[in-house]
Amino acid sequence: MVGFVIVSHSQKLAESVVELTGAMAPGAKIAAAGGLEDGSFGTSFDRISNAVNEVYSDDGVIVLMDMGSAVMTTEMVLESMPERKIKMADCPLVEGAIIGTISAISGRSLEAVLKDLSEVKNMVKIPN
Amino acid sequence: MINQYKVLQIIRQIGNKINEHKDFLTELDNVIGDGDHGINMARGFAEVEKKFPTLEGKDIGTILKTVGMTLVSTVGGASGPLYGTAFMKAGAALTGKSEMDINDFLNVFQQAIEGVMQRGRSTTGEKTMLDAMVPAKEAIEKTLADTNDVKKAMEAGVAAAKEGVEYTKTIIAKKGRASYLGERSIGHQDPGATSFALILEVIASMV
Repeated sequence: MVGFVIVSHSQKLAESVVELTGAMAPGAKIAAAGGLEDGSFGTSFDRISNAVNEVYSDDGVIVLMDMGSAVMTTEMVLESMPERKIKMADCPLVEGAIIGTISAISGRSLEAVLKDLSEVKNMVKIPN
Repeated sequence: MINQYKVLQIIRQIGNKINEHKDFLTELDNVIGDGDHGINMARGFAEVEKKFPTLEGKDIGTILKTVGMTLVSTVGGASGPLYGTAFMKAGAALTGKSEMDINDFLNVFQQAIEGVMQRGRSTTGEKTMLDAMVPAKEAIEKTLADTNDVKKAMEAGVAAAKEGVEYTKTIIAKKGRASYLGERSIGHQDPGATSFALILEVIASMV
């Protein structure tokens, strides 16, 4: 099953997103990488690496990030594990986490989940 | 020529300088950014300092790569991956070297600039550290070609970096939190450009 990592500047935000997907997509493989080691705001290379290791399998891992250094630091983590199948998803964090994990527990491949997430980017919440 | 021991001394001095200006950098960042630049950079360089015992006698490439990795792992804000990439690229260009001259420095400087551009998906004129880095490198190159004097060239680089910092006051931020302020970012200098000018000042004062 495709795994997920939630990268946020906030530890609580990342943990809450993971918690929320637990309700929406029970059994999903998902780990939080929020905040710095001391719990303050920021993004931690080590926390992201550890979270990837926690959920990694041959099916691959998709990382969802909030913004700014979360994206840049994730990029550096991915560059440090070039042999692994890991992709960053360019979509809203909460919506992407929920839809992605639901898609993943239904057994879809990494490529298929990424395609679902590319649609999340253009999702309309309030149709005219 | 400077050797690996001198490089370590310079790194240590950079850490001291950043630490001295920690509050100033954070203050600048409070106005337009997320208010953590000084604290983050000081934390990163404090961790770099802890690595010094393992770096004694290592080649310059290893030293710079270790500094870069440490900054990436410990800074926590955007300056972590940006300065981290800059130092790692610089280190990769000097693998195995125990000495470097001004031409090596210019080469490494170029690698660092390209690394920051790539990582930040940015270029000059966007109110970032690049607005200090790029003119500084050009000034060093030009002054070196004109005078063949390393000291003068480095001084010209520092002057250009400081001018670059001043220039960032006049433009709208296009990257990071400051970019969401739009025109309200005008009038404020970029913290990343400022910290880079401080770093170059240390390097110039020690070569």
